[in-house]
Amino acid sequence: MKPAKITLMLLFLCSLSGCAIEPWVMPYEREHLADPIMSSSRDPIADRHRQHVFDTREAARGAVISEGGGCGCN
Amino acid sequence: MPPGGSGRPSCLYHAGAISLLMCLHAVLSHATVLPDERADGMYHYYDGGGVRVTGPALLVRKNLTDTVAVSGSYYADTVSCASIDVVTTASPFKEKRTEYGAGVDYLHIDSLMSLSVTKSDESDYTADTLSMNYSQDVFGGMTTISMGYSRGKDTVLENNDPTFSDYVNRYQYRLGVSQILTPTLRVNLDYEAITDEGYLNSPYRSARIYGAAVPEQYPRTRDSQAVAFRAFQYLLPDSSIRFEYRYFWDTWDIGANTAEISYSTYIGKPWLAELRYRYYSQNNASFYSDNFTQSQNYMARDKELSTFKSHTIGGKLTYTFQTHPSFVTKSTLNVGYDHIMFKYDDFTDVRTQEPYSFDANVARLFLSVWF
Repeated sequence: MKPAKITLMLLFLCSLSGCAIEPWVMPYEREHLADPIMSSSRDPIADRHRQHVFDTREAARGAVISEGGGCGCN
Repeated sequence: MPPGGSGRPSCLYHAGAISLLMCLHAVLSHATVLPDERADGMYHYYDGGGVRVTGPALLVRKNLTDTVAVSGSYYADTVSCASIDVVTTASPFKEKRTEYGAGVDYLHIDSLMSLSVTKSDESDYTADTLSMNYSQDVFGGMTTISMGYSRGKDTVLENNDPTFSDYVNRYQYRLGVSQILTPTLRVNLDYEAITDEGYLNSPYRSARIYGAAVPEQYPRTRDSQAVAFRAFQYLLPDSSIRFEYRYFWDTWDIGANTAEISYSTYIGKPWLAELRYRYYSQNNASFYSDNFTQSQNYMARDKELSTFKSHTIGGKLTYTFQTHPSFVTKSTLNVGYDHIMFKYDDFTDVRTQEPYSFDANVARLFLSVWF
């Protein structure tokens, strides 16, 4: 089988799987998810300061929601 | 039809194109939005371990069009430093750090692209950072995939030696997935790799060999990785609980665990309260020692590279109110507080010869206005 046919078959299967995996939480069911208390960072300015406090006193870093700069006090 | 092709391949290509469109439609079918238009003004306060840091911060976001938003930020630290490192090896000092930031967000169908720059200045350290982030909603908005890259260029100076100058280059790579699982549950998985190259220690701090002070010496490279899992659960009727765990490791042999849980609830109509607890632990770097018994290539006695644990208990109270003029849609007045307890296993307070520990109080008072 030619590579083009294989690609097209894969695309067709992909479309079938795309149809099979329907979103199971509809937009009208996301009222609670949109509430501010479910936000990853409800107040970016405060979360950024809090993370900066930890970053300057711990060796661990990264995979946080907010970013910071500078070195802080020794 | 492709040039020189027959009818059959044409059908195949057509079917393939339709399949691809169906695939894309299944994947890309949700409306991403720009960040909120809001302005925040904050006063922050930190006091612990002989260090007091206070100052203002500002953040403003504004949409220019339906698809373009800009932001600007200002952040200042006024530092009064008499930490254990300083009082045991040098004289207390005061200094100020200022940071300016600017960013632009561009929304295109279901994707959001962000570009931002920050510039931080203090008397002996400058840091310039360029960040790019891209996020894409897929599967009807139930999944958001994000990726980011930051490039930092820092300059390290020494206040007591005007001839000293060195650099730090920083590269950050981020990947993240946010997944809606139920109408009340969302989970996030984030990964970040950071590479540093340059002068990574402090020109002021000393290590000890049999109690005698010697200059610290760090490797000039450090690669770290962190992976974090977060879960956000809405609790009927009007509360939420959040759990977070992060594991960190790097080429300096430091491993760290961070766990945090927080609970938010509306108290009546205008009040929102949040309570949180955070646990952090790490083991020391391979070239860290409280008191070396022999000289070696790399030597550190930075308590941030030692073995220690910390516990943080805190909370935030938010009061929401409507204000005039009419273009203001909502305002909140917020106060946040954290009490952090640090306890070091292998960092000795040379004044008492006991393992060092200290508590810190952190507070934030800020006003936010949506427009």
